Amino acid sequence: MELVLPEAIHAHLPVLVVLLPLFGGLLALFTGLIQRGGGFVAWLWSAIITGLILVCAASMLFEVHTTGEAMVYRLGSWPEQYGIGYSVDALNGYVILVVAIIGFLSTIYAKDSVMAEIARDRHHLFYSVWLLAIAGLIGITVTADTFNIYVLLEISSLTVYTLVALGGDRDRRALVASLKYLILGSIGATFILLGIGYLLMLTGTLNMNDMHEQLVRMHQSGELANNRTVFVSFALLMVGLSLKMALFPLHLWLPNAYTYAPSAVTALVAATATKVGVYMTFRFVFTIYGGVYDSSADLYFLGLCACAGVVISSMAAIRQMNVKKVLAYSSVGQIAYIVLGFSLANESGVTASVIHIFNHALIKGGMFMAVGAVALRAGGTKIEDFKGIGRKMPLTMAAFTVGGCGLIGVPLTAGFISKWYLVVGAMDEGYWGIAFIVLLGGVLALVYIWRLVEIIWFGKPDDPTKQVREAPLSMLIPMWILIGASVAFGVDAGWTADSAHAAAELLLEGGP
Amino acid sequence: MTATPSMFVATVAAGLPTWEFALSPILAIAVPLIGAFLIAAAGRWPNLREGVTLVTAAALLWVVANLNNFLEATPSEAEALVEVIPGMPLAFHLEPLGMIYAMIASSLWILNSIYSIGYMRGNKEKHQTRFYVCFALSIASVMGIAFSANMFTLFVFYEALSLATFPLVTHKGTPEAIKSGRTYLGILMGTSVCLMLPAMIATYVYTGTLDFTQGGVFAQPLADGVLTPALFGLIFAMYIYGVGKAALMPAHRWLPAAMVAPTPVSALLHAVAVVKAGVFSVCKISVYIIGVDQLRLYDQGGWLLYAAGLSIVIASFIALFQDNLKRRLAYSTISQLSYITLGAALLWPISVRAAAIHIAAHAFGKITLFFAAGSIYTAAHKTKVSELDGIGRKMPWTMGAFAVGTLSMIGLPPTGGFISKWYLMQGAWTAESGFTIAVLCTSTLLNAAYFLPIVYRAFFRKPPEPDLEHGHDDHHDHGEAPWPIVLALTCTAAATVALFFYPDLFVGYASMLAEAMPQ
Repeated sequence: MELVLPEAIHAHLPVLVVLLPLFGGLLALFTGLIQRGGGFVAWLWSAIITGLILVCAASMLFEVHTTGEAMVYRLGSWPEQYGIGYSVDALNGYVILVVAIIGFLSTIYAKDSVMAEIARDRHHLFYSVWLLAIAGLIGITVTADTFNIYVLLEISSLTVYTLVALGGDRDRRALVASLKYLILGSIGATFILLGIGYLLMLTGTLNMNDMHEQLVRMHQSGELANNRTVFVSFALLMVGLSLKMALFPLHLWLPNAYTYAPSAVTALVAATATKVGVYMTFRFVFTIYGGVYDSSADLYFLGLCACAGVVISSMAAIRQMNVKKVLAYSSVGQIAYIVLGFSLANESGVTASVIHIFNHALIKGGMFMAVGAVALRAGGTKIEDFKGIGRKMPLTMAAFTVGGCGLIGVPLTAGFISKWYLVVGAMDEGYWGIAFIVLLGGVLALVYIWRLVEIIWFGKPDDPTKQVREAPLSMLIPMWILIGASVAFGVDAGWTADSAHAAAELLLEGGP
Repeated sequence: MTATPSMFVATVAAGLPTWEFALSPILAIAVPLIGAFLIAAAGRWPNLREGVTLVTAAALLWVVANLNNFLEATPSEAEALVEVIPGMPLAFHLEPLGMIYAMIASSLWILNSIYSIGYMRGNKEKHQTRFYVCFALSIASVMGIAFSANMFTLFVFYEALSLATFPLVTHKGTPEAIKSGRTYLGILMGTSVCLMLPAMIATYVYTGTLDFTQGGVFAQPLADGVLTPALFGLIFAMYIYGVGKAALMPAHRWLPAAMVAPTPVSALLHAVAVVKAGVFSVCKISVYIIGVDQLRLYDQGGWLLYAAGLSIVIASFIALFQDNLKRRLAYSTISQLSYITLGAALLWPISVRAAAIHIAAHAFGKITLFFAAGSIYTAAHKTKVSELDGIGRKMPWTMGAFAVGTLSMIGLPPTGGFISKWYLMQGAWTAESGFTIAVLCTSTLLNAAYFLPIVYRAFFRKPPEPDLEHGHDDHHDHGEAPWPIVLALTCTAAATVALFFYPDLFVGYASMLAEAMPQ
């Protein structure tokens, strides 16, 4: 990949990936002034903006990989201690790319889905909030300033609550789901803010690297021994972040929010929002507290929650009667895998986490897109709507099935690669029990996916006269790009494994 | 090539044109894979579609036979196709054990395709294109398993085989078929994911490699004390039970369940390709990953002998009481597969040789039996043993072939089964295992007890009187099955007998394997 961007733009990439969707989202409001076809213009505008973000994100990661150094951007050229600094390294460059890919593809996908699911006079509002959500998610990832993290977290959360609530046009339960998400999300954000506040009290700075340096200095001078503040701040942050990333048992907001949100929103949020939560956790646990605070007990506890989450949420997925809910519970289980990986705090484990952020985004994004296509064509996402639909929407359902194989962890799919690193990580520590839980999760996934596969391919539709057509190309293409990529990165995981490995090394530099 | 002077290689290769450059095992996977695409493309024209299947099968046999010329006793250098995880390629190589398996599968595929044409058309089955496509994909997976150069590749193709055969098992789409499909996939995937995969990853964590290596990969960590012998034994046990396809009890239930599939599937896949993938993996893992000499040295794995022995006797016993012919054959398969596991479990090169020979001998005999069962179903629509009175007079070819198959299962001359039982006994005496000898004798008696009555019924009992009250029934006037079926089963019966008179090919491979193993 050659760098085609001019030098002048190039230096500003870290801030551009946030400013583009931020101002793009505000400008999208003006498409409401267009009398006819305003919705289409809003969509086109969003697609262009997210496309540009994707180009920026790809060239940033490319630069980070070639130079081997972080790209740092100081807003207003203030020194890091005083101003806000944005910094892109091997870890967040990678996460930004995930968000950018999913953001672009789900925007393409949104065209027909939003047309069908959202009232016509709200399309400009939808796309405006949509872009703001992407701005928030990327912003959290790119910033090196902890207070800025909180601000952007609020931007992304508020917009996502709104997006979920927009599902109320179809099903009023979306409003309740959104409210529940709002309440729990706000509690989580409060915990995070308190945690950051304690850290500020302790170190007198908000910049991550600076915080870390201060903590190291205090650690060396012995000030941190038996320091309650550092302990409390860590605990507060862990609780808040666990809520945000829906770690079992703090996942209660997730299933309903995913189920009743508009289809395009589910695809975007499921693939990115919780992943960004995981990314924040990486930063706090490894970059800020790494090497100065002994988090092994906390990580052990997180690992236990994750193990329980893998098993219980997968079992819950088996019993659901709505396909979106099956996938939502499956997501809780998959998040638990990611948490389990970094709670091992060794190279393979963290690599598994980072790689699964990417792999799961591809798989789940693609699968939610397939379910959204069924919602469009068959009018719902209940089990009954899926009976025998494989014959009517073969391409969509083939994508769903391949994606399902990825969730199970069939070899030559991306899911297998994640599982491989995770089990190697567990065995490196001698935790055979964890290895078995991971594999048991795969078997449970086989049960809940195969139940759907049987219904899709062998079921008899309740109403055989009902006309159901294949999904439109604007849905099939992004869906198959994601699912195809999940297979491609399962057959040759060279690039993802190397990137994840680089990120894991970076995280573990300071020690857990 | 100086290392292939053996007699049998010369005999096989003499009649075939050879290529100047080295053939790659990857070609053996590519051929059926390409075949699958062409079959799908030719789906609208049944004659062309079946023609493609036959040509693909012939091409595959030719490729595999040509690969013979490059076979050496020790594994050839691995050829990587793609590096899946850094340091973990999909790679392929040639070695005698894989050659046995590939030879059997590719030669029987031709006969089975001829048989399928007769069977699928005779029974007017639906979705025939899907059937042939999945069949070709299954064979491609089989080739992948046969030539895999590392455990990872074997695992990948092992799972691919489970998935490719699933649509074949559920072919009829009835609730019973779907239920059986669930058992099938559940057990095969469950065991492989929960046991084989962690065993494989443990192997990687402790030894740093998954390559199939002469003598196994565990010698170093065991000698260094990094790995305790108990853990080593556990890994071995996880491998053995992880290979659900070997149908070692209690992981055998999928095999009777799979009998719901059309008979060509039961014949080639569930009597030969899939189950042989299981026992082949058991042998390959024992020889090239675990190392049977290591098991002996550290006194691990002795239990497997008893597990396999029990599996042989219990399965034979259950077979006695099965009235459904295909189910009886399925339990017979479970018992026969454990012969092979037993051979590996004796942990001596000479017994591993016997196991390898039995892979071949059982294949030809059992496919004949299944062909006969399908022939009876096609011509007479009968599935139960109790309905077979006097059928031998109407279907002399079918039941004649069936009789040959039973002789091979029991282990009587003049069939291939006798040869492998001979070598198994030899292995048992070498290992001084009285238990094995007792098991072999008991099982021979049981085999005779559940097979010979069928032959007796067919030829010596009178057919039931036609039930005149219920009017005329077509199937009372049946004769032999369609000619492709009869042709196929005659060929496999002939091959079963030929194996007795000319056992050199497979015995040769097996001896190569055994000689190269650390004694």
